[in-house]
Amino acid sequence: MVREFTCIMCPQGCEITVELEAPEPAEGSGKESGNGRIRSVSGNRCPRGKEYVTQEIVSPMRNIATSILVEGGELPLASVRLTAPIPKGRIFDVMAEIRKICMEAPVTEGQCVLENVLGLGSDVIVTKTVERIATGMPR
Amino acid sequence: MKMKNADVVIIGGGPAGLAAAIELHKKGITDILILEREKSLGGILRQCIHDGFGLTRFGETLSGPEYAARFVRQVKELGIPYMTDTTVLELTPDKKIFASSAVHGFVEVQAKAVVLAMGCRERTRGAISIPGSRPAGVYTAGVAQAYINLKNVMVGREVVILGSGDIGMIMARRLTLEGAHVQGVFEIQPYPSGLPRNIEQCLNDYRIPLYLSHSVTEIRGKDRLESVVVSQVDENLNPIPGTEKEYFCDTLILSVGLIPENELTWMAKAEQDAGTKGAAVDEFYQTTVPGIFAAGNVLHVHDLVDFVSMEAEALADGAARYVKEGSLPESRCAVTGDSMVGQLVPARISGEENVTVSFRMRKPVRNCVITVCQGDHVIKTVRKPKALPAEMIQIPVEREKLNNRDNLEVKVSW
Amino acid sequence: MEAYDVIVIGAGVVGSAVARELTRYRLDICVLEKEQDVACGNSSRNTGMLHAGFTYKPGSLKAECAVEGNKEFDRVAKELGVPFKRTGKLVVGFTDRDRENILKFKAIGEKNGVEGMRMIDQEEINRIDPNAGGEFAMYVPSSGILDPMQYTIALAENACQNGAVFRFGQKVTGITRTGEGEETGYLVHTETDTFQTRWVINCAGMYASEISGMLGYPVYPVKGFKGEYYVLDKKAGAFLSIPVYPAPNEKGGFSTHATPTVDGNVLVGPDSYLTEDREDYIVTKEHMDGLFADGRKMFKQMKRDYFIRNFAGIRWKRYDPETGEILDFLLEADEAHPRTVNLVGIESPGVTCALPLARRAAQKLISREHPDVNPDFDPVRHVKKRFYEMTHEEQAQAIAEDPMYGEIVCRCETVTKAEILAAIHNPLGVHTVTGIKNRTRATMGRCQGGYCETRITEMIREELGLEPEEVRYSKAGSRMFTGKVREV
Repeated sequence: MVREFTCIMCPQGCEITVELEAPEPAEGSGKESGNGRIRSVSGNRCPRGKEYVTQEIVSPMRNIATSILVEGGELPLASVRLTAPIPKGRIFDVMAEIRKICMEAPVTEGQCVLENVLGLGSDVIVTKTVERIATGMPR
Repeated sequence: MKMKNADVVIIGGGPAGLAAAIELHKKGITDILILEREKSLGGILRQCIHDGFGLTRFGETLSGPEYAARFVRQVKELGIPYMTDTTVLELTPDKKIFASSAVHGFVEVQAKAVVLAMGCRERTRGAISIPGSRPAGVYTAGVAQAYINLKNVMVGREVVILGSGDIGMIMARRLTLEGAHVQGVFEIQPYPSGLPRNIEQCLNDYRIPLYLSHSVTEIRGKDRLESVVVSQVDENLNPIPGTEKEYFCDTLILSVGLIPENELTWMAKAEQDAGTKGAAVDEFYQTTVPGIFAAGNVLHVHDLVDFVSMEAEALADGAARYVKEGSLPESRCAVTGDSMVGQLVPARISGEENVTVSFRMRKPVRNCVITVCQGDHVIKTVRKPKALPAEMIQIPVEREKLNNRDNLEVKVSW
Repeated sequence: MEAYDVIVIGAGVVGSAVARELTRYRLDICVLEKEQDVACGNSSRNTGMLHAGFTYKPGSLKAECAVEGNKEFDRVAKELGVPFKRTGKLVVGFTDRDRENILKFKAIGEKNGVEGMRMIDQEEINRIDPNAGGEFAMYVPSSGILDPMQYTIALAENACQNGAVFRFGQKVTGITRTGEGEETGYLVHTETDTFQTRWVINCAGMYASEISGMLGYPVYPVKGFKGEYYVLDKKAGAFLSIPVYPAPNEKGGFSTHATPTVDGNVLVGPDSYLTEDREDYIVTKEHMDGLFADGRKMFKQMKRDYFIRNFAGIRWKRYDPETGEILDFLLEADEAHPRTVNLVGIESPGVTCALPLARRAAQKLISREHPDVNPDFDPVRHVKKRFYEMTHEEQAQAIAEDPMYGEIVCRCETVTKAEILAAIHNPLGVHTVTGIKNRTRATMGRCQGGYCETRITEMIREELGLEPEEVRYSKAGSRMFTGKVREV
């Protein structure tokens, strides 16, 4: 069978066609690499495209960007992302974990605020430094 | 009040302004002043917390704040002077700048050269005349993004999005992650206006439907938004009677286009380019006012911030040369495009320097051939399997191939 | 229970003017308003014309009050510190029929006491404003432009500063008479409270008929003439210096006109069509398209690029159900309904007529009660010059004295944090986003709040200690936010 993908690895958005040997595996089942062996990949303009569809067929992985609460900071939120993509089906579980985080300012870009979230092998890291607000600052 | 002096004043401390400042510094122009209206440098990137920035410029994918921080750190390390919390009120054609600041007071600067890097603003409901009532709950995508990512307030729960611009799609995902229900994205054109990857990772991943050739034709609700009426549109973008469907929602997000923010540009009497609605510039990114330059979204709306930075870096060549030499070669050759070519930059060239021609397709085409020529002489031919209005196309042209007499033409065939 | 000498129902331009006139006397005055601010109805949903008074029937209350209100407005604007320009007006025509109608109303205007009207040719139109349409015109020198929202705010704030109380979110649901003769008084019931008062003055605008009924007067039939508008960017404002109206029809009605505003925008509209719904302020594609076509005849520079906003207003006119004839303003007070003043069918030119009507309404009370004069009454509302209007030297001085003048919150309209803070702490206690907008012009520019709205809502929250859910856009139910994204 043939499957079409839009690559999300870069803004080019290559339209990639994948020819598979056997029926595709059920989504999110993850392990059966024997099933749906790739016969050919075309339309990608770089090797990342092939990597992307190969992973996409087995188990789609995504990064997420969101915010955590910061107390006593110059901003109420610090933006965060994951150090490695997680299975697409776990996005909302990870969001629930991130929602619980509250940090005392300052927080620094690159700082890990949650290690190995839900055992998925990915850390939650801060992407924006938020300085501590000076107390008694004038309006 | 005492007038300060500076070789170059950069208006705007976002991606364009920061990149221009660093590159100018590298070229030996150190008497710079960046004026930024926000409390910190970084511009719109501060609220663009999603990733996908930097692949072209840095070869890795970063979030907006991380991308901005790379430039901000460099500005600070190089000791380039900047003032935050400072809004420019007036720019005169002789390059006097008047600015207002709660921190620095009233600021007056005489510059030798000025870099316009004010970015763009969003098109609003009023500009596209959506009929209906005027309830709370109608936000442009960027405003919703600022509320959610900077101000820690949630704008709504049941959402409809009008316009498939990249920010609109990114907000569809962002709102979904924060527990809102996005009922759909409606696009008036028969093709999406944002990038394919965003359709994939922001809409398809979250099963948010995208409806092409649809528009919101009425806004309902007296206090808070209660519903919107969506209609299909015909090939002239007029609503087709009988196709109306009501969507009950408390929030309407508009992602219906960006407009270069050029109030100061016109104050300085620079001429406008009819295609980009930004200033008309030459290959040095100089406006029609000598010594006033423009780059980034203030000039034309870019698809990627990487290109904003790179354009501002290219601008630094001309601006540095202007400061050192007092003038730049005259640009007498107009740059024109055929009916497929929109948002074309620059407007004119000298024919004596390298130039990067940027434009967008007016509609999506496949297997097209783009030719750049001067008179009968074809300078460059580029083939593209796919060209979308969502992407900015850039074609570098080397000076050896140019003459300084004929207009430069960009043509598309497919 | 709160008790007052006078309750004014409705904080539109007339109610606010009545309150202000009454504060010249020693009276406890309360204005009840169903919305969250003054001028939420048709007081602000109009062209902002100071009318000359040439289309109203001679001897009518409309004619009398319009001419009186027009003549005094230079002084009023100065006292209240509101922007006003006596621009004059062009009533332009293209056909013989147009000329006939213009001449008819010129004669009426002269009878009403309107001074200086004269017919001019195209050459003179071009001299006055080359962007005005028309082949000939009547030039009316006494017409002017004002901001009806700011004018109403000014009247209300001046009333407030002289002792009147304004209560918002108080929709009147019923009125009970208490006592007879000299003991006559009223209980005014709202959805949440009851107020005791000796006098009731009905200034309820589009709902005046209903209140009239509650007071025991007839429920006068009214008909809604709705009109839609376009607001154009200040870039368009640079091309228009004078209101341009088409020739009126036989009845004195005008279709779409183009009018500069005191702030430098241009209004195009209103058109006119009937509506049933009292607050039908929706704008429609059909009428927007019509405005565009008709507006270009009046204003040659009209372009879609200039659109920044639309709005609609409704003139609720009293009419005779037998003949269908539109009737004059009604101002009545009689001994069958002691201690009440009933104002019904007050529509265009209500803004021009507000103070003259208010004086006539106040007179009904004064001639009966002879209250003491309020020795502390100050007709002057002290306002600071807008940062936007200051010279660079004045701006530098303002920032030196208060650094908050240095922070520009609204970039399009150059509104400073100092001005936003003053607006948040306005004397009437209004704290909606549109309330701040109407007091400062923040969000009213070409980006429509794209830059400043997030800042303004944040300041409202910080200054007043509100949770996100408590911030209102305009009306009681117009929640801006559903909560926080993250909280502990």
